[in-house]
Amino acid sequence: MLASATAVDSAVFVFGAMIILGGAFGVVLSRNPVHAALMLVATLFGVAVLFIEQQANFLAAVQVIVYAGAIVVLFLFVIMFLGVDRLENLAEEPLPAQRPLAAAMAVLGLAGLVALGVEGRWSVGAHQVVGAARGQSGGDVEALGRAVFTTYLFPFEATAALLVIAVVGAVVLARRPSGRMPGPSEAGGEPAGAQPSPLPVGEGEDSSSGGPGELEVEEVAR
Amino acid sequence: MSVPGGWYLALAAILFSVGAVGLLVRRNVLVMFMCIELMLNAANLTLVTFSRMLDDIGGQALVFFVLVVAAAEVVVGLGLVVAIFRRRENATADDLHILKG
Repeated sequence: MLASATAVDSAVFVFGAMIILGGAFGVVLSRNPVHAALMLVATLFGVAVLFIEQQANFLAAVQVIVYAGAIVVLFLFVIMFLGVDRLENLAEEPLPAQRPLAAAMAVLGLAGLVALGVEGRWSVGAHQVVGAARGQSGGDVEALGRAVFTTYLFPFEATAALLVIAVVGAVVLARRPSGRMPGPSEAGGEPAGAQPSPLPVGEGEDSSSGGPGELEVEEVAR
Repeated sequence: MSVPGGWYLALAAILFSVGAVGLLVRRNVLVMFMCIELMLNAANLTLVTFSRMLDDIGGQALVFFVLVVAAAEVVVGLGLVVAIFRRRENATADDLHILKG
């Protein structure tokens, strides 16, 4: 096994693979969402290790900072915020056919992926499209920066718009409905939105600007 | 000489399958989101592996964009979970039948 690789590379790969798969099974099998989130950190860390093993140092750092530092923290924040950190009964399954079907789908999908890997004609040795990944003077950081800011400049700018839209959407979705909501949605049982007092001046502009979006969200959530 | 790319691809395939099974069998919406993250990471591992095999930085640039999209997706998804949780006591996928018109 792994005969053509050096001992250190093989050891790093096996170590990273064990962390990744252990964390992945932990995410799927743990009953507590907090434990699942911590297992997700293990998987993300293992993927970062394998990124470094493949000379993608910048992406490994971004992986740890963005995924483990931001996304998982966001998960944990929501779990704690909603108070769903209690155990879930995994034996309870309302749809009896779901688990066998899921297992069959997984086996089929894995078999398909392996068959694709074995049979597929990968275009190894093709011409480089963007630029070399190895052997650069500045390392992978310089190569990646050149690719992102030249070839992929327009997609890079588009991600900025995407992030802004996502932030605005999250704020609109997660905002607590204010007292300006019309009657029917208040009757839907939202205790916090049930203050009938006239709005203070400071909040008036805020809720009028977010009014239509809120209404839409209320309609969707109903 | 580092580990051949086929091993990385096999590992990514297994990771993707585990994430897909978790997405199908779990009912907690938050855990389902985490399983989507597992699948995204499997795809990222594949992209970095091909980037090394083909000696092309484009794969790593694509991973960069996948990270951004994943962050945006998680933010909006968790906002949806919070909005739904206002109305329902639980965050399982079965409770989403309130979306039915």
